[in-house]
Amino acid sequence: MSSNSFAYNEQSAGGEATELGQEATSTISPSGAFGLFSSDLKKNEDLKQMLESNKDSAKLDAMKRIVGMIAKGKNASELFPAVVKNVASKNIEIKKLVYVYLVRYAEEQQDLALLSISTFQRALKDPNQLIRASALRVLSSIRVPIIVPIMMLAIKEASADLSPYVRKNAAHAIQKLYSLDPDQKEMLIEVIEKLLKDKSTLVAGSVVMAFEEVCPDRIDLIHKNYRKLCNLLVDVEEWGQVVIIHMLTRYARTQFVSPWKEGDGLEDNEKNFYESDDEQKEKADKRKAYAMDPDHRLLIRNTKPLLQSRNAAVVMAVAQLYWHIAPKSETGVISKSLVRLLRSNREVQYIVLQNIATMSIQRKGMFEPYLKSFYVRSTDPTMIKTLKLEILTNLANEANISTLLREFQTYVKSQDKQFAAATIQTIGRCATNISEVTDTCLNGLVCLLSNRDEIVVAESVVVIKKLLQMQPAQHGEIIKHMAKLLDSITVPVARASILWLIGENCERVPKIAPDVLRKTAKSFTSEDDLVKLQILNLGAKLYLTNSKQTKLLTQYILNLGKYDQNYDIRDRTRFIRQLIVPNEKSGALSKYAKKIFLAQKPAPLLESPFKDRDHFQLGTLSHTLNTKATGYLELSNWPEVAPDPSVRNVEVIELAKEWTPAGKAKKENSVKKFYSESEEEEDSSDSSSDSESGSGSESGELGESGEERDSSEDSSEDSSSGQDSESESESGVQSKRAAKKNSKPKGKSGCEDGEKENEKSKTSESSNAESSSIEESSSDSESESDSESEAESRRVAKVSTPVFVPMKSHVLLHRMSGKGLAASYYFPRQPCIFGDKMVSVQITLNNTTDQKIENIHIGEKKLPMGMQMHVFNPVDSLEPEGSITVSMGIDFCDSTQTASFQLCTKDDCFSVSIQPPVGELLLPVAMSEKDFKKEQGMLTGMNETSAIIVAAPQNFTPSVILQKVVNVANVGAVPSGQDNIQRFAAKTVHSGSLMLVTVELKEGSTAQLIINTEKTVIGSVLLRELKPVLSQG
Amino acid sequence: MIHSLFLINSSGDIFLEKHWKSVVSRSVCDYFFEAQERATEAENVPPVIPTPHHYLLSVYRHKIFFVAVIQTEVPPLFVIEFLHRVVDTFQDYFGVCSEPVIKDNVVVVYEVLEEMLDNGFPLATESNILKELIKPPTILRTVVNTITGSTNVGDQLPTGQLSVVPWRRTGVKYTNNEAYFDVIEEIDAIIDKSGSTVTAEIQGVIDACVKLTGMPDLTLSFMNPRLLDDVSFHPCVRFKRWESERILSFIPPDGNFRLLSYHVSAQNLVAIPVYVKHSISFRDSSSLGRFEITVGPKQTMGKAIEGVTVASQMPRGVLNMSLTPSQGTHTFDPVTKMLSWDVGKINPQKLPSLKGTMSLQAGASKPDENPTINLQFKIQQLAISGLKVNRLDMYGEKYKPFKGIKYMTKAGRFQVRT
Repeated sequence: MSSNSFAYNEQSAGGEATELGQEATSTISPSGAFGLFSSDLKKNEDLKQMLESNKDSAKLDAMKRIVGMIAKGKNASELFPAVVKNVASKNIEIKKLVYVYLVRYAEEQQDLALLSISTFQRALKDPNQLIRASALRVLSSIRVPIIVPIMMLAIKEASADLSPYVRKNAAHAIQKLYSLDPDQKEMLIEVIEKLLKDKSTLVAGSVVMAFEEVCPDRIDLIHKNYRKLCNLLVDVEEWGQVVIIHMLTRYARTQFVSPWKEGDGLEDNEKNFYESDDEQKEKADKRKAYAMDPDHRLLIRNTKPLLQSRNAAVVMAVAQLYWHIAPKSETGVISKSLVRLLRSNREVQYIVLQNIATMSIQRKGMFEPYLKSFYVRSTDPTMIKTLKLEILTNLANEANISTLLREFQTYVKSQDKQFAAATIQTIGRCATNISEVTDTCLNGLVCLLSNRDEIVVAESVVVIKKLLQMQPAQHGEIIKHMAKLLDSITVPVARASILWLIGENCERVPKIAPDVLRKTAKSFTSEDDLVKLQILNLGAKLYLTNSKQTKLLTQYILNLGKYDQNYDIRDRTRFIRQLIVPNEKSGALSKYAKKIFLAQKPAPLLESPFKDRDHFQLGTLSHTLNTKATGYLELSNWPEVAPDPSVRNVEVIELAKEWTPAGKAKKENSVKKFYSESEEEEDSSDSSSDSESGSGSESGELGESGEERDSSEDSSEDSSSGQDSESESESGVQSKRAAKKNSKPKGKSGCEDGEKENEKSKTSESSNAESSSIEESSSDSESESDSESEAESRRVAKVSTPVFVPMKSHVLLHRMSGKGLAASYYFPRQPCIFGDKMVSVQITLNNTTDQKIENIHIGEKKLPMGMQMHVFNPVDSLEPEGSITVSMGIDFCDSTQTASFQLCTKDDCFSVSIQPPVGELLLPVAMSEKDFKKEQGMLTGMNETSAIIVAAPQNFTPSVILQKVVNVANVGAVPSGQDNIQRFAAKTVHSGSLMLVTVELKEGSTAQLIINTEKTVIGSVLLRELKPVLSQG
Repeated sequence: MIHSLFLINSSGDIFLEKHWKSVVSRSVCDYFFEAQERATEAENVPPVIPTPHHYLLSVYRHKIFFVAVIQTEVPPLFVIEFLHRVVDTFQDYFGVCSEPVIKDNVVVVYEVLEEMLDNGFPLATESNILKELIKPPTILRTVVNTITGSTNVGDQLPTGQLSVVPWRRTGVKYTNNEAYFDVIEEIDAIIDKSGSTVTAEIQGVIDACVKLTGMPDLTLSFMNPRLLDDVSFHPCVRFKRWESERILSFIPPDGNFRLLSYHVSAQNLVAIPVYVKHSISFRDSSSLGRFEITVGPKQTMGKAIEGVTVASQMPRGVLNMSLTPSQGTHTFDPVTKMLSWDVGKINPQKLPSLKGTMSLQAGASKPDENPTINLQFKIQQLAISGLKVNRLDMYGEKYKPFKGIKYMTKAGRFQVRT
């Protein structure tokens, strides 16, 4: 609030003078002016006066009435100058309404709109994020081309705003600017690229929307963010989910190979779906012909919970994703959810049914169990009824056809005749698709011929005609029956169908056919065009087969046709006459007239109208309309060969993988993590999949023993408390840590935890992970050790990655005393490759002379008792100005005693010594808060040392403490549920004793530092070292 | 995405328009009116109408068409779902969503719509957040505002918008902490002529009204969770917990919300609590038809059936009906041919019946189908599927809340074919 009023004061200072001026002139006109008889013009005059008054209530009243006018679609543009003055109003509601007005009319009054720009520019710097955001919204919505550069600048700034809400609005503004000026595309893509890296769930949906609008073809921008998007998906707001899922569907179709091959071990996949160890499976399967890309699997797995969303659009989006990219055996899960949507409003039903119709053509099995859900109710709107019928037809098979036909019988009797007619067509289609019931259907349809309703009869005739055409068998009886119908039926299509049928089978009903022709010849002139054409056809056919009886009749009809009003019929008459009536002019064709007219005609295929819809992506507007809508993005076919999957790896991981002894990039990263909340690099597939595999292998053992259950209970408790801290915590760092805490117990309990936590912990875990190779080794040990019993848990203390690797190096040998050979060492904080109990040390040798130094090696060692040392391989030669880094391992026996040895060259020997800082004798350990407390409880009394530290409050923020502690000692942070307590855990390298560090913030800028360890000596040394560091400014 | 929104009443007037991008002329609605004419009934207006330059997506609720104009490809359900959300929000704000109410509150409506969409993309649709941005109008607040000059518009970004629980506002305080859950089940069924069930399924929802201080974390467990075949959750429910333990664990939104909707599949046998005996006959020759229906209880687990109404669309040939009900009131509308009978409570000792004759159009042939009977009823204190809530626990806050759970069974789309 305070920040707000501050901003307003600033604004009002400028406006004061004018307001004073107006005061004299403005008088609010009495309410009489609102009267019924005042003209529009007068009304506006009155509004203007109100707007210029100095009372907020009058202004507000006026603005409300103006908004009312806008809402009704009345033109209020002439008030623009009066309204725009109030853009800097102090009253937030007036301001908002002015915004509404501006957005509506600025396009029409560009020059005047410019007056308001400075207000927005000022508001863009407001400390209140809501005001910043709404200023950006309005600024980008006013569609005045002159301000494009200003908008661009504002968007760029907002995209780096600390508030995710403002960044979200920036993403929206991108689309607006793009539609205003497409030339800005390149610059906008840069902003999109930047925002895509944003890991706030608030931003994700909007920026993907902008991506789809501005540069949907720049699929390369997605690579690096793919995994992050997949992992965030569950937490994104529902509208964003829809957009992201559609985008990822397209992405997957370009990046992965088709999973729709035969024999790809689908059964296995299905079984493992709920367990998370399919990654492992995947690795094993890789040798087989097809293995799903883990990223592909990630997408499919992470979208599954969204099928449970309350938002129909989300469910549909997931359904189409499964349909288009999941292995066929897994698509089944979507049918249940889609059927659920049928309970929803009619509009939702309509769209969902359309999609089901398309799906059910290709895969009947999916919806067969839900057959009854598609039964039609008399209260359904007709469009829903027809769609349901369509699906029922698609689902019909030998097993269920009898039930279906019984159901259809009810439908045929429906009062809704349009629907009854559709049912008859449906029966026809069932009859052709399922040969067993063809006769039954035909009989049923014939019964319908005696129905009282003409539409029903007509439709039956048409369908019977089609059926008979398909079955050239003897159906003389039916044809005779239909010929009789001709007297009563008036629907043109039906009459035409009967005539055609008789003509086609005229040899089977030799007695009836000429009589029919006679009757129709009588009524020829009054028939519909459609029927006339068929009469002509019938005549021609009879003329050819039975010319004795019908010659005259046919000629009569042909004469009638000749003078018909319709040119089509005249044409046909001329054609038939030339063809069938022999005369001197008739060409060679008349010989074949019989063949032409009485040829075997191919039966029509009764097809679903949804047959050809499947080339549109399901769930899209284009699919609904069955035409390509503007802006429809084609779903590409699967690539033959998958493009390089490594593009989705994020750089950091790759750097770490190279095992360089802490390159520069790595350091930058770790530093970044402490200071930046948002710009952090994301996601390592390796680490996440590894932790998955860990948990997977354990979940296999779940439920074996009582103690397992214990652990799962614990973890669920943990997770709920974790949730609390998550929701309450303000800073990103804390929530991340809380999530991380969850991730460990989760490992034990398989999939006990809430989905959301799961996702969160996964991302945070992976973002915290620095070096995947270490992660790998550690999680290996994790899965091994977990199979052992809990009693051994103390040994089990898992080594985690170092939180931070200080780059401080110590001088080993100065170049002055080393005759030009300089040596320095530092501790890379990696587990030593030479032995478990050793600390790894990196030594950098520099040649500062101008000659080669040859044969650098370690000579005589003077080590205290028990200390051991693994020397580096001798260096043959070192060029002038050259430098080389070698690594060695020293077992310091958990003491800070000096390791002395000689560093020798070809000519000289120099005595040097390494004294380890106590903090380097440790390896970080990952444990939960609960475990920590348990361990701490066992290490009290003598094993506990503590000290009070005093420092300025700014030094006691969690991140500062964390940084200071890990700078001194190689410890791992323990996720904490309390804000004021921070815990760190490590074990000594040699003996593996635990070293627990607690920093508890007290009131009055003091804090208590407690160290619990069996190794009291090291403990107290560490305490002594930490104390000054923490109290420093 | 969504370009503009038009609200059209049943007589075809556009009474509100809102544009989020460049203004689209309201003449685009002419295409809609054309389609409306073609469809004859409001229900049959297709939800998606293509026009040369735009696409019109509409929903029809409370006798109002909400027509969204879009220009480019967009998942149609996205728009439709959003429009429904708009209607829900209006209902939430004003109690009812009708033309006069919207007209009266046009400023609030405009402000809300402005917040819900930005450039056609949904911005804030969570009612808890919207209500913090724009407070719903109440008489008290209107009075206070006129006196103090304060406004309905919040000037701070709702905290929920940024947190991991966007559906809940922070700083909620109540003197009485209460949490009520209504388990409401609807039976959708089609019963055929002979009284046997063609299809029956149970759709259930759990609606909650939670008024709890602070940030409570609730868990709700069922005695028989396996009954639930298919569920959809409010976003607050932790999905993993449900998957593994079949427990609903959630931080609830403040106020009324739908926690869960579920489906008990058609595979399970569904107990049908009522039966309808009917004898409706038209005779070919005479202009009179006989009509008799009786409603009775069946498998009600000893609970009373209340609020029974019977509705039936009679064939066009029926001119009038002269009926006498044994209880309740009945009406027949000779124009729409709609018969409705408000029965009330069923007394098992004396079953309600409706008897009488129908007068048919002279000379017209007998209709080939008997009318379908639509049934509505309510049974209190019973969840027909047998679902039972085991317990409700609260974590995260210290106080003891008052908890209540109510069960109800209703008829959903319950049809009897005669």
